[in-house]
Amino acid sequence: MPGIIGRKIGMTSIYSAEGKATPCTVIEAGPCVVTQLKTQDRDGYDAVQLGFGEKKENRTTSALKGHFKKANTTPKAKLVEFKGFDNLNVGDVILANIFEEGEYVGVKGTSKGKGFQGVVKRHGFGGVGQSTHGQHNRLRAPGSIGACSYPARVFKGMRMAGQMGNSTVTIENLQVLKVIEEKNLLVVKGSIPGAKGSTVIIEK
Amino acid sequence: MDIIKTLQNELTEQKQHPAFKSGDNITVSYRIVEGNKERIQTFQGVVIQRRGSGATETFTVRKMSGNVGVERIFPINSPFIESIALNKSGYVRRARIFYFRERTGKAARIREKKHFAHQK
Repeated sequence: MPGIIGRKIGMTSIYSAEGKATPCTVIEAGPCVVTQLKTQDRDGYDAVQLGFGEKKENRTTSALKGHFKKANTTPKAKLVEFKGFDNLNVGDVILANIFEEGEYVGVKGTSKGKGFQGVVKRHGFGGVGQSTHGQHNRLRAPGSIGACSYPARVFKGMRMAGQMGNSTVTIENLQVLKVIEEKNLLVVKGSIPGAKGSTVIIEK
Repeated sequence: MDIIKTLQNELTEQKQHPAFKSGDNITVSYRIVEGNKERIQTFQGVVIQRRGSGATETFTVRKMSGNVGVERIFPINSPFIESIALNKSGYVRRARIFYFRERTGKAARIREKKHFAHQK
């Protein structure tokens, strides 16, 4: 799917034509530079590699410096491959205007990290028992995780405590409410994963 | 953050309403759409709080309907708000007068702010 790399700016609300306040997220989408073309002959598949965001020259490895030099561009912080683009050349610039207002997009990002969390927060368990009347220490415990001698093991995928958040999350079917071409901004309906300033991938 | 503020200014039409704050008694005239018909309804009461900033700012108005308290939250830039009229400006010490909800009868009075000649 053709897409673009962007940066989450933050959330606000705008009024629709009927006057309803709609929650929306502002994304700075692009400008992205085509840094490499993957071809069927050479790489076994067709794709376009886009670069977004500036990076300091002295923090770029020599290998990547050469890669960016080929595309005749400055070092980019994030490189992502997309399929579905046609007629692009290395060095072309892709802007937010590849999207239209009213179109539906998917946004992929890294969700906010919540650390190591118990089952109540992580999976919405109810906890065990009540907080008073002789309750000892089972308030936020998971309860039973299975039977005894049969199956004599814990099933795979049993929901338990562990790392929550900081994982790649895609939210699909978000409507594009506004495309502001001169500032390369996209306004999509609803929320998207990640913190303000985090890199996101917007796909058609 | 600045990008959001400039965007809000561009996308939201900000209306000119009289300045009011919590403790003030205001009348909000707002449009109601019923089927195909539109009419204007008013809501008169005391402002309990103003919340948020910029295009997403809201305010809460509380009135007594009989002996039942009714509160309505309006977005200040809502296109449905026709006009806001300031009836009385009240003297309160807090920006959010939630204690006002527990008051009834004579206790639920707000001293009117005195306007001196040099302040006008």
